[in-house]
Amino acid sequence: MTNTIISNSIRFVVLILLQVLLLNNINFLGYVNPYLYILFLILYPFNSPQSLFLILAFLLGLSLDTFEDSGGIHAAACVFIAYIRPIILRFSFGISYDYQTVKLTNTPYGARISYILIVVILHHFVLFTLEMFSFTHIFLILKKTFFTSIFTILMILISLTLFQPRRK
Amino acid sequence: MQQIFNFLIRNKNNILFLLLLALSLFLTIQSHSFHKSKFISSANFITGGIYKKANSIQSYFHLEDYNARLLEENNELRNRLSNVPDTLFRETFIDSTVYEGIYEFRTATVINNNYSKVDNYITLDKGRKDNILPEYGVVTSQGIVGIIDNVSTNYARVISILNTDSKINVQLKKTNHFGSLVWNGKDPNVVQLIDVPRLAPLKKGDTIITGGKSLIFPKGIPVGNIIDFHLDENGSYYTIDIQLFNDMTNIGHVYVIVNKDKAEIRSLEETDND
Repeated sequence: MTNTIISNSIRFVVLILLQVLLLNNINFLGYVNPYLYILFLILYPFNSPQSLFLILAFLLGLSLDTFEDSGGIHAAACVFIAYIRPIILRFSFGISYDYQTVKLTNTPYGARISYILIVVILHHFVLFTLEMFSFTHIFLILKKTFFTSIFTILMILISLTLFQPRRK
Repeated sequence: MQQIFNFLIRNKNNILFLLLLALSLFLTIQSHSFHKSKFISSANFITGGIYKKANSIQSYFHLEDYNARLLEENNELRNRLSNVPDTLFRETFIDSTVYEGIYEFRTATVINNNYSKVDNYITLDKGRKDNILPEYGVVTSQGIVGIIDNVSTNYARVISILNTDSKINVQLKKTNHFGSLVWNGKDPNVVQLIDVPRLAPLKKGDTIITGGKSLIFPKGIPVGNIIDFHLDENGSYYTIDIQLFNDMTNIGHVYVIVNKDKAEIRSLEETDND
């Protein structure tokens, strides 16, 4: 139990620092930055209380917003993802996730990809909609969501493969 | 009463979600209204400190570039010094032996710079301790950068000209037609000049400078070149695309402009309004 708390706290801090100091400066093609920090929301234990998860997601987003001076857009997107994550989990992994403590690393490959895909795309869509703050730029929002999502998903899959716990 | 508590406990996640979402939306909306985004700002103790640490490492990679820029600036200033016009023409200048100029420049270093978003901000490593206050202008040797909007003890946040909330008074160098400098959020090196009347004679390549109608920037600071222009729908005002002289993606060191007469002018304007 304490092990999970420590590893999640470290992940929280490391992901924020990695995001603001390194990944926010990539600016691939002028505007594409991968938002790897939502890996925290993806990996957070599935069986922990939902209210704590909501608060942590809010804090994660708010820290990003403070660094980026972006008001509350990351906070809103993160809280939204935290709220609907049970629905996404049920959609991707079926009913089974409710009963047993499923870990992301030992789920079927297809289900895992669909889970990551939905989380990333929804998060980015909410994020960029709030950033533009107007639906007149819907085309720009969709374009940004599309390209940034590809980049983020690639980064997430790579980091998941790199930091996979060793099978015994 | 029991039922209310039961209801609250049963729906605690939904209520918490709505509460947090409302809070973040409130912060988002607040950041879109100029001069109100006070709470969540990178110019605070923690974020400023982290950015400063990171910048102390990153700055080494740009040393060569910054040196080249300094040389260029020194070169230009030296040229100006050695070609000071005849004293007959100098009467229009402010006599610097009697008055110290209205504007004072202070140096600062950019420790965080965004340009990929729609509303971009820059963080500087000087703050209230160094007498830097909101509404001071920020420029480089090549052109304008933005206006300070939020200051903590050691750090300051600048609204970049690459921000949809930014609106700066600028004018044509040749004639005195003025307009407002805005940004459409697309290319970080191209900004837009709006509200220039149709009568203004425009040519591609014309220089745009600051207008000096605000108390923030002195007149004559270079902004950029005209690369394209067209009339708006009504046909009475131009929208002009301007290529910035500044490379907004790589700023480095900046000057903060202090207008020493600002308080006096403000108080004069206020008595006028009564």
